[in-house]
Amino acid sequence: MNNKVSKKVEQMQPSGIRAFFDLVLGMKEVISLGVGEPDFVTPWVIREAGIYSLEQGFTGYTSNKGLYKLRLGLHRYLKSKYNLHYSPDDEMLITVGVSEGVDLVLRAIINPGDKIIVPQPSYVSYGPVTELAGGIPVYTDTTKDGFKLTPEKLEKAIDKKTKGIILNYPVNPTGVSYRKKELEALGKIILKHGLICICDEVYGDLTYDFEHTAFPTLAGLKKNTVYLNGFSKSFAMTGWRVGFACGPKEIIAGMTKIHQYTIMCVPITAQMAAAEALVSGKKSIEEMKREYSRRREFVVEELNLMGLLCNKPQGAFYVFPSIKKTGLSSLEFSQKLLKEEKVAVVPGTAFGQCAEGFIRISYASSMESLKEALLRIERFMGKL
Amino acid sequence: MEEILEILEKDGRVSPDDIAKMLKKKPQDVKAAIRKYERDGVILKYKAVINRDLVKAEPCGLRALIEVNIVPQKDVGFDRIAERIYSFPEVSSCYLISGTYDLLVIVEGKNIHAVSSFVAEKLSCLENVRRTTTHFLLKKYKEDGVILKQKEENKRIAISY
Repeated sequence: MNNKVSKKVEQMQPSGIRAFFDLVLGMKEVISLGVGEPDFVTPWVIREAGIYSLEQGFTGYTSNKGLYKLRLGLHRYLKSKYNLHYSPDDEMLITVGVSEGVDLVLRAIINPGDKIIVPQPSYVSYGPVTELAGGIPVYTDTTKDGFKLTPEKLEKAIDKKTKGIILNYPVNPTGVSYRKKELEALGKIILKHGLICICDEVYGDLTYDFEHTAFPTLAGLKKNTVYLNGFSKSFAMTGWRVGFACGPKEIIAGMTKIHQYTIMCVPITAQMAAAEALVSGKKSIEEMKREYSRRREFVVEELNLMGLLCNKPQGAFYVFPSIKKTGLSSLEFSQKLLKEEKVAVVPGTAFGQCAEGFIRISYASSMESLKEALLRIERFMGKL
Repeated sequence: MEEILEILEKDGRVSPDDIAKMLKKKPQDVKAAIRKYERDGVILKYKAVINRDLVKAEPCGLRALIEVNIVPQKDVGFDRIAERIYSFPEVSSCYLISGTYDLLVIVEGKNIHAVSSFVAEKLSCLENVRRTTTHFLLKKYKEDGVILKQKEENKRIAISY
């Protein structure tokens, strides 16, 4: 048999910087600012709840939709935080991280040839997963608009085949976020064309300069929105793989159908721990957020001082400085920095071709590592 | 400005310039705030947290927790007798406690003889000290929020999206 792998998968673009990542993994004593997860371990109260659930013998399947206790906890959490009402019975699904949520919603809504708008630079999975679901990703370049999708660009990207848009904010990789007014302007267009907005708000709790606005809280938009969030970033629970999707009944029902045939349910230990996170993890969130915010100020100031210009991001734990003045490409800069100073960053092009000339720096590292890494980058810049 | 204290409490060596960058304030304002904290006695001192078990040249001493029952004095209650007790250099901490005894006194000594002779010859014979119960400490796991164990290496993968 010659064609063991399907055409669709064969044609999928592998990440162009795979070789670079392998290089990083093979090197010792590297300071990595390339990490997309918190440097905190999951707060002890949450870990303890996971351990306790094992001791109690909670080792079986849960309902396909997820533990009722967890859905109820999320219902209360969204109500108190955003005054957002989703029924735990039929408007909510517990997923294996937001990643599964993205996959499920795309597969649930896309008919062959439907288009999904993806503002770039963006998280790496949106485009490929859209293609796997039989859709066509339509990338819009936000680099000239401060990494934000503007209403004009959105309007321009829409045609008859457009089914929806994936809106992630605060944005991985740029850290940029949207204020309520900006979201309302985008919302109007989404409503006008009857699109579905898939909003990935996994970094929502890590918004520093203003209140995060959940997209479905905007007037009239709840029925057009699938709200995705998870425990990975805000509760430092990346490895537990717990996310959730909230949305209109029929979409959630469609997603649940796929979920029950492919995943069955999220591991019960992780769900038990997540339920506890909602009850007693709030204090830890606030502490981590203050710590991130201080690092952000520090890193942004230092980078700008050494000529790697960047705006202050409003959320997540990334900065996205321009390296254009060095004359190097994103990949060349990252490779050279790694070889000469053993500092790992992620080339902007990992997040879309339009992000050539930028790098992603994660400040989810201790102040000590950040200081040392910034010293090395400064030395590196001096040698260029 | 309370955030300055939060930073320094975690790491007393962070420089005012770095704190200024983290909080987006002027370095001189941060310096002035720290000076004021020091003057007002909010910040009392800066010191290193040492894991004595790992100091080879100088075997770690012995620590005892002593429950002390006291006859309080007119007008000054426990304060005067507490002062007499905590002024001994052997006493590393001293707390007034509710419950079945009054003062919890933590004493450090080179060995069991040093600690017992302090209890027998200095503490117990103080006027107003009615009774003492001494507990020798066997192992320290965590002290003042610091887990006394070397940091485990980072378990994250080096690159992730």
